[in-house]
Amino acid sequence: MTTIPVQHSPTAARRRRPRSLGAGGQHRAGPLALTVLALVSLASLFPLYWTLVAASTDGHRVISTPPPLLPGGNLFDNIGYVWNNAGARGMGVALLNSTLVAGTVALSTVAFSVLAGFAFAKLRFPGRGALLALVVATMAVPAQVSIVPLFILMKHLGLGNQLGALVLPTLVTAFGVFFMRQYLSQALPTELLEAARVDGANSLRVVWHVVVPIARPAMAVLGMLAFVQSWNDFLWPIIAMNGATNPTVQVALAGLGTGWSTDWSVITAGALVGTLPLLLVFTVFGRQIVGGITQGALKG
Amino acid sequence: MATPTRTHRTDPPGSPPTDPPARARTSRLHRWDRAASPYLFVAPFFLVFAAFGLFPLLYTGWLSLHRVSLYNVDQADWVGLQNYWDLLFGPPSHFFWNALRNTITLGVLSTVPQLLAALGLAHLLNYQLPARGFFRTALLAPYATSVAAATLVFALIFSPEGGMANWLLGLVGAGPVQWEAGPWSSQFAVSVIVIWRWTGYNALIYLAAMQAIPRELYEAAAIDGASRWQQFRHVTIPELRPTILFTVVVSSIGATQLFGEPYLFGGQSGHQGGADHQYETLGILMYDTGFHHSMLGRASAIAWTMFGLLLLVGLANTLIARRLRSAN
Repeated sequence: MTTIPVQHSPTAARRRRPRSLGAGGQHRAGPLALTVLALVSLASLFPLYWTLVAASTDGHRVISTPPPLLPGGNLFDNIGYVWNNAGARGMGVALLNSTLVAGTVALSTVAFSVLAGFAFAKLRFPGRGALLALVVATMAVPAQVSIVPLFILMKHLGLGNQLGALVLPTLVTAFGVFFMRQYLSQALPTELLEAARVDGANSLRVVWHVVVPIARPAMAVLGMLAFVQSWNDFLWPIIAMNGATNPTVQVALAGLGTGWSTDWSVITAGALVGTLPLLLVFTVFGRQIVGGITQGALKG
Repeated sequence: MATPTRTHRTDPPGSPPTDPPARARTSRLHRWDRAASPYLFVAPFFLVFAAFGLFPLLYTGWLSLHRVSLYNVDQADWVGLQNYWDLLFGPPSHFFWNALRNTITLGVLSTVPQLLAALGLAHLLNYQLPARGFFRTALLAPYATSVAAATLVFALIFSPEGGMANWLLGLVGAGPVQWEAGPWSSQFAVSVIVIWRWTGYNALIYLAAMQAIPRELYEAAAIDGASRWQQFRHVTIPELRPTILFTVVVSSIGATQLFGEPYLFGGQSGHQGGADHQYETLGILMYDTGFHHSMLGRASAIAWTMFGLLLLVGLANTLIARRLRSAN
């Protein structure tokens, strides 16, 4: 397989000690590696901290030189302001709308993905291979290409400026189906299914009593990923909810950024309010989300 | 594939139906359930895709051959290939070629540094580390922020008046940069937002793949006298090749569709990608054409052109991957 050029350079030979044998994971990080990681982590986190700082000052102080580096005392004033004034009905309504949309999308994605994933993983039926290939192929169709007709379609369905327009197109995704299939084909023992069948359980009972309990960890991860994705979705909501009096968080934020206000402390207060819920979810479930991302990515 | 022919017991041990007609009925129900339920289970996905994926895709193609106004979506006048002709060679072609060029430069500026940095970071995260969990969470935190929140905050950082970027430049004695107005500086600023949001995500994908590399490969390499760098170069990178390809495909597809960052970075001129269209991408051009200038037919032509471009990107990736594989 992989051939490694044997170069017996003196340095390499000197470095070769039995202890350093093994994978990269065996090596201890040196001070240089730690410094680089610390700096990158700082760069990662600073904009989030800066959001908090900017959101807690006032519109003049935030763009003064030198810029403020510590939080000021206006945080709750600013949050209160966007809470009542962002968009037409305020950030509070926007948060509620986003929660409704992302929650519905997450639930339905999980439910439909478990059903389809189970069928593709464990049931034999004519056309299975072709249909699965079709699922994978649909991942190549970018959402952006379908936006104009989707807008017209929603108008005809009477869903112009309605939250339903945001939910319908993502009720279930190819990624979800594929993710569940990968998980269930490994985690679900075929013998267990056979046993349930022998006991006379019909397909729905099998799903409910055998598949769902086993799929639960994957369902949680998929639900969170779908929630994050839906919450952060931008292009379609900005078109579907353009000028809506009843926007989602992202639409309300876009309104803050491109519209009537150039008060940066108010704009960043909106950004903070729109990000905090997800950051909280992240700090609590970070490990599972990381696992889910890598699992989906490696096998995608 | 053949229909399922495996016989299964039709009399469950629990409550066996004794009279023959009832047994036959249960058995028929059972067989029907086994044959139909797989299709019922996969049906929701295909229905949703047909209605909100495939149908709009084809409808876009049809619309692209018509003149349609945003304010009267039901009246479509046939114009043939006029929209495409105008886009590529007509009066608005200047905007199209500008947007295409910007999409490519923004794509390179944001994707290449991002993936290289992610690879290096994954390698560092793969060391034995104190506070390993902290580093991972810190790197992934930007992924949790939305494009809207992130872009608004970076727009403040790059703001010409009192922005933090220019203040930092001032500290090291450099003059202020026009982050919004300059063609290259603004593209750099937009790329920074993309890089900030996605580097940690890609690093974690690489990290997971690195941890799946069999330890023996490194042991063999170490016995052969390979230095750490040589191990990275000759063991880690080749083993990671499928994962690297995956991230390249995903990132370049994402870059082709870049929309939110340039849209929000530009504030009031964001819908046209800056006052001089200096960071207008194809995604922005489509939005501006369709939803600001109400030319849905031409916007559809842009969408299909983008679709073709995405297919080309995918094809190029496949060809490169095949060549790499055969070269190995």
